[in-house]
Amino acid sequence: MAFSNLQILQPDSETQAELPEMLKVSQLSLERYFQPVFQPVDFSLKAGELMVITGANGSGKTTLIRLLAGILTASSGSISSSATSTAYLGHALAIKEDLSALQNLRFVAEFNGGFKTSIELVLRQAGLSRVAHQPARTLSAGQRKRCALARLLLVSAQLWLLDEPYSNLDQEGIELVDELLIQHVSGGGAAIVATHGEHRPQLERQRDLFLLAGFATDE
Amino acid sequence: MQAFSALLRRDLSLALRRRDELLLPLFFMMVTVSLFPLGIGPSSDLLARIAPGVIWIAALLATVVSLDSLFRADYEDGSLEQFMVSGQPLPLLVLAKVLAHWLIAGLPVVLLSPLLALWLNLDVQAWWVMMASLALGTPILSLIGAIGVGLTIGLRRGGQLLSLLVFPLYVPVLIIATAAIMAVLDGLPYVPFLGLLLAGLLTSLTLAPFAAAAALKISLS
Repeated sequence: MAFSNLQILQPDSETQAELPEMLKVSQLSLERYFQPVFQPVDFSLKAGELMVITGANGSGKTTLIRLLAGILTASSGSISSSATSTAYLGHALAIKEDLSALQNLRFVAEFNGGFKTSIELVLRQAGLSRVAHQPARTLSAGQRKRCALARLLLVSAQLWLLDEPYSNLDQEGIELVDELLIQHVSGGGAAIVATHGEHRPQLERQRDLFLLAGFATDE
Repeated sequence: MQAFSALLRRDLSLALRRRDELLLPLFFMMVTVSLFPLGIGPSSDLLARIAPGVIWIAALLATVVSLDSLFRADYEDGSLEQFMVSGQPLPLLVLAKVLAHWLIAGLPVVLLSPLLALWLNLDVQAWWVMMASLALGTPILSLIGAIGVGLTIGLRRGGQLLSLLVFPLYVPVLIIATAAIMAVLDGLPYVPFLGLLLAGLLTSLTLAPFAAAAALKISLS
């Protein structure tokens, strides 16, 4: 039973201890079919920090993000979050096919009770101005992803949980995500990004969490 | 409350874009009711006697047919996850969705019912009570249905299981509602039955959203 362990690389600088802790996770694990999806996870995340979760397919990146988002309930361990609001970007983008990008975003803004910035501005930032009025079903996978990312700009959440934000995006889109993350983190927000690794954000205050599948492998 | 009204408006505008979903329960109900005279013969006395039961059973079936679409789209495209993460109270959002569903699928049934009553030769003086019983009863069907949909949405053949789950729970509504219409036909007081339906509506209005929200949470994990 070779349970894999988990490594947390501490950030280089230890000087920013004054920032408030946004998320503290201790001994978090989830079992499926009596097997842990990943080994118990411990970490804490401060405001202004980014954490990148990497790992192979099936190592539990999505599961961990969904646990942190509160969609799944942990089998053991605890998550304590001081974030007043959380934004989640999952594999399912929550975009209504029949509505245009503009209408989709307008709903998000109304649903969350207010506009942080104008929708037109957000659409321009996401590179969707040209297709803003088309039904979302006519958009490409990358454009849909941009539309989902635009939600992050529209609603000000303290904690971002992004599951594979880079998938389906072109180089420009990848740079957009990096830029969003830098803006968010430097503005005092915290973010957790799960990615399987082709591209990773490179930020100053960044820590990495390498997840390995928790179940026993035949070796 | 903003989330409630935003969700309600979005669901209604989405429904107006998909008219087939809007009209399917209505056609289903009309076809079901129109089969009865063909099946049991055109005796107008007999039809008038069974009309309350037939109309109500058709309304019940029409509700179950339309129920699956209640959370299906939001479940599949990830909107439900967004609702859970948003920090808005899930029962309130469930209530918005059920209200939208009733306005789309339940209210047309209420409005269509006089036509069906005419087909079945139901006594005109019972029409108002019939419509009142449907107006009070169909929201109960939607609310109870929401619990069933919440429980079965993660299953591949959830729709079939759903009908098995909710029909037993619909039985009291069916009995009380048809009893109200029968009471008018027999010249008996019908108000107590409508009062019972109102009580059922208030009970399910306050409890069902919480149960449905809990069911959805289980289904998502």
